[in-house]
Amino acid sequence: MRKVLLTGCEASGEGAISAGCTFYAGYPITPQNRFTEYMSDRMPESKGVFIQAESEIAAINMVFGASLTGARAMTSSSSPGISLKQEGISYLAGCELPAVIVNMNRGGPGLGDVTPSQSDYFQSTRGGGHGDYRTIVLAPWSVQEIYDLTYLAFDLADRYRTPVLVLADGMLAQMMEPVELLKTKKRLPKKNWTLTGCKGRKPRSIKSLFLSPGVLETHNWKLARKYQRIMEKEQIYNTYMCTDMDILIVSFGTAARISSEAVSMAREQGIRAGLFRPVTLWPYPSGVLNKISEKAKKILVVEMNCGQMLDDVKIAVRNDSRIFFYGRPGGGVPTPEEILKEIKRI
Amino acid sequence: MNVLYKKPESLTKEITIYCPGCGHGIIHRLIAEVVDELGIREKTIGIAPVGCAVLAYNYFNFDVTEAAHGRPPAVATGIKRCLPDRIVFAYQGDGDLAAIGTAEIVHAAARGENISVIFVNNGIYGMTKGQMAPTTLPGEKTTTTTKGRDTSYHGFPIRVCELLATLDGSAYLERTELGSIQGIIGTKRAIKKAFNCQIEKRGFSLVEVLSACPTNWKKTPAEAMAWIRTVMANYFPVGVYKDIKEQV
Ligand SMILES: Cc1ncc(C[n+]2csc(CCOP(=O)(O)OP(=O)(O)O)c2C)c(N)n1
Ligand code: SF4
Repeated sequence: MRKVLLTGCEASGEGAISAGCTFYAGYPITPQNRFTEYMSDRMPESKGVFIQAESEIAAINMVFGASLTGARAMTSSSSPGISLKQEGISYLAGCELPAVIVNMNRGGPGLGDVTPSQSDYFQSTRGGGHGDYRTIVLAPWSVQEIYDLTYLAFDLADRYRTPVLVLADGMLAQMMEPVELLKTKKRLPKKNWTLTGCKGRKPRSIKSLFLSPGVLETHNWKLARKYQRIMEKEQIYNTYMCTDMDILIVSFGTAARISSEAVSMAREQGIRAGLFRPVTLWPYPSGVLNKISEKAKKILVVEMNCGQMLDDVKIAVRNDSRIFFYGRPGGGVPTPEEILKEIKRI
Repeated sequence: MNVLYKKPESLTKEITIYCPGCGHGIIHRLIAEVVDELGIREKTIGIAPVGCAVLAYNYFNFDVTEAAHGRPPAVATGIKRCLPDRIVFAYQGDGDLAAIGTAEIVHAAARGENISVIFVNNGIYGMTKGQMAPTTLPGEKTTTTTKGRDTSYHGFPIRVCELLATLDGSAYLERTELGSIQGIIGTKRAIKKAFNCQIEKRGFSLVEVLSACPTNWKKTPAEAMAWIRTVMANYFPVGVYKDIKEQV
């Protein structure tokens, strides 16, 4: 296994290449400019295609085109750019096309700022675009995990023929950490639905338009059953110090990483704190969280926003009186000391 | 028996939903004849627009995908870059191409993407029932310019071939018309030249076809054809706007 020092943007790009991605289209936006720059060299080097698109809208639609030929295809951006991709993501979901979209979340709404944020939780987990659909959302907390989860995202996208989001933030995008690289995937899944020209078979089409009465309803139910399978099979989460815990912190991504330090500090002071970290934000590991939270006297949700995952914790735990929230919106990043103070306050 | 006229293999048996006198059906047939004659049916991938031709994948007997409104050139780019030896064409109306999709068409041409675009200019939004298009003529009445298009208020039409001709990335651009038999024959010739331009890897090609929408123009099919020749073609002159011979 090869170990290299990479930024989060680079690690995500390498994860994609290791997973056999051969198509990248993107548009520069801080804090993920490095992503587009890196891929402009790395895609041609690995015999893939790189396109600097004229907009995020064009980029996601180029990915749509690449995906329907069977290529593993991706795009990356940050919050305002992800907003522009939502129409395309909805089409990918409706047409059942696999694709990977990486969001290095920055502060919003509007142009916001360029500092790390988790303010796109709702956008990521509630659909973002129009229509009755879901996207798998993977939330890394380290550069290694950005690599691993981007790699995994391509497998999930192909397995379920659906767009998969990797939701990181401006901090993870730019910091450098050592990353263990996997061997580049050689054998990719066979696809029997692609458009490649109809040689030796009947012509095919890719579409999300179903005008005859009842047909779209049937299609939507088919998608719903697929999402149900994903909910049953693909939940990923981590726990830290949860076996003998009174206070449970629930947090994801960068906020979870900082919270884990706060948990260690609390333990040193004799406070029995623990951490639950969802890695899949959709499907949300509600059942496990519900079980683990039974032991907790209090639950502290820590996010870099005004309280978005908080909704999912409330759905999972079903006992609002134990739930507290500590949030830092607009580019604020909490310190472990600040979180420890909250642990003591509640 | 000598067969003089038959349905091209590249068209399915499906009956189109187009109104009587609509240009879409004629253009579908011309594309199908060209694809047959070039022997490329099994390696052609088409992109249907959002507009009256949204169901084009039901009518063409080769691989066709849907694309979001205005995005066919971006989708075509993704397909062609992954499968450079296939023939990829986008089929677009004037709302699709010259309004919501202006950025995509300009940049596909600027990049010199080796794709072909069939641009159906009927000067109106057919599918949404007759609103002003970016190609609606000055003075023309539509459901959003009920007193006629007033250029001082609604702005001016866009001449797409002239616009794209300024870009070094475009290789072959021609405007044709469906208002006459010669025009229909010329349109087929232009579509064939566009596909050949792609086969010879000369870069971006586009054929703009002045096409009738009798329903929303509130004209009979015959009146609509005459109007293309006598009115539309004055504002949008037919002809070749770019024809670069060398390979890019
Ligand atoms: C994002 C989006 N905006 C608007 C529409 C509605 N819409 C469908 S077709 C169309 C215009 C079609 O006009 P044109 O491209 O000229 O094609 P025609 O129907 O005349 O062939 C519009 C505005 C849509 N489907 N998607
Ligand atoms: S509305 Fe116009 S463009 Fe649409 S099918 Fe009818 S004639 Fe053709």
